[in-house]
Amino acid sequence: MSLLSLRGVRKSYGANVVIDSFDLEVDEGECVVLIGASGSGKSTLLRCVNLLEVVDDGVIELAGTDITDPRANADKVRSKIGFVFQSYNLFPHLTVLDNITLAPIRVHGVARDVARTRGLEMLDRVGLLEKASAKPDELSGGQQQRAAIARAMVNSPQLLLLDEVTSALDPELVGEVLDLLRELKDEGMTMLVCTHEMGFARDVADRVCFLHQGRPLEVGPPAQVLDDPREPRTREFLSRIRS
Amino acid sequence: MSQWQPSALQQERIAFRRRQARRSTLIAAGSSIVLLVLIAAGVGSTPGWPRVRETFFNVDRAWEALPTVAQGLWLNVRVMLICAVLIVVFGMTLAIMRTLRGPIFFPLRVFAAAYTDVFRGLPLLLVIFLLGFGVPALQLRGLPNDAVIWGGAALVLTYSSYVAEVFRAGIESVHPSQRAAARSLGLSYRQTLRFVVLPQAVRRVMPPLLNDFVSLQKDSGLIAVLGVIDAIRAAQLETAIDFNFTPYVVAGLLFVALTIPLTRLTDYIARRQGWYGGGGGPV
Repeated sequence: MSLLSLRGVRKSYGANVVIDSFDLEVDEGECVVLIGASGSGKSTLLRCVNLLEVVDDGVIELAGTDITDPRANADKVRSKIGFVFQSYNLFPHLTVLDNITLAPIRVHGVARDVARTRGLEMLDRVGLLEKASAKPDELSGGQQQRAAIARAMVNSPQLLLLDEVTSALDPELVGEVLDLLRELKDEGMTMLVCTHEMGFARDVADRVCFLHQGRPLEVGPPAQVLDDPREPRTREFLSRIRS
Repeated sequence: MSQWQPSALQQERIAFRRRQARRSTLIAAGSSIVLLVLIAAGVGSTPGWPRVRETFFNVDRAWEALPTVAQGLWLNVRVMLICAVLIVVFGMTLAIMRTLRGPIFFPLRVFAAAYTDVFRGLPLLLVIFLLGFGVPALQLRGLPNDAVIWGGAALVLTYSSYVAEVFRAGIESVHPSQRAAARSLGLSYRQTLRFVVLPQAVRRVMPPLLNDFVSLQKDSGLIAVLGVIDAIRAAQLETAIDFNFTPYVVAGLLFVALTIPLTRLTDYIARRQGWYGGGGGPV
């Protein structure tokens, strides 16, 4: 059974339909990469899955539960899903460690010292142990994004959503973040990623989904979608970003 | 690596900047002196000046009045400190009320909005009169009749509405992405406000908040109209002895002396928080 299941999802802002009759299944441990032009609805789709946006229609199921049901407890659903933002969105008034332990202590009811230990382990894991007591603005972009990934991962989420996590980074910092994601994937993390990094899609994705005007136009293994696309629109998009 | 020595070009630049700085200092000093001389000459040559000097700037009279006026000022300081604490509490409560969402909070939102509208519009002096003379006249048992308390209450009511708006501006200045990040971690609306939004908001509004307290410090003198012996009223009583207004000037100087440290503290905090606004460079 798939961990995440989207059926007929629709989201619009006024007359602008951003996501339209969207179907997608993500299996446990699978990494699905969403590609597509700006405005094709990639980020909106992730925000819908995390209930940061309310869908207009359709069903999103996480582990068999309909999370788009208005009676569902949105806070509880979000606490099971990790979200990493393009602009990191670390809390500037808290230290890196406090950023990571905030949700375990306040949401998951983990004891303070246990949360600290786990937070430090997580920081060690992303190679930022010595930055535990630094404030986010003392870190480089790549370090901030790794801290944000640690913050999303410390709650052991069922699903990790990554929204253009390398787009705000200098080219030489992209690698460190992608390496970390590759490791998470190898450990069996289920991931839904939107990105412009075709290299990452090719290496790590189990499946690539090309979005066009809010619909999944072409879904398949990276070798097929990226190297031998069936749809002319996919081909056009890929040739444009390669040139 | 060898020790860096400024090149000839850079040395020439440094020398030029030094010359420029010296020139600026000279011009500033010159223009200040000219202005002061003009003012002194202008005021001093007016026919009434000797009399004004005698009535407002009499040094002996100032020394005589200082102890009583200073004693009155101590009351201002106490009123100001106690009011400041209450104002922060009420102002924050109002600000949070106004930002609450959900249909259940509709009456609270309306109340907070109406409150800030009314008390920002009402002149402070009017509120002081209404509370200070109006409430004791009701002759309700159990209510205090002390004018200081009602004067303080008027300050709290009025200033809370200003401070509430300052806090609300702070709350709304926190970028929505911060809320999104907190909610994505599973924090509830209330937890997001408490642990993510408010700490950032309060830090950001510290300078305007302290500015309001500088203003409160001097407005605490308005409760003198209720007959409370604060610095202003003490000065007034002193002037009644011989119709020499120097005690008012003494009270004024004391208020200024009191606000200057708070103003400097505000500047210091604003400067230290420069990292919030990002570096502006030398321009």
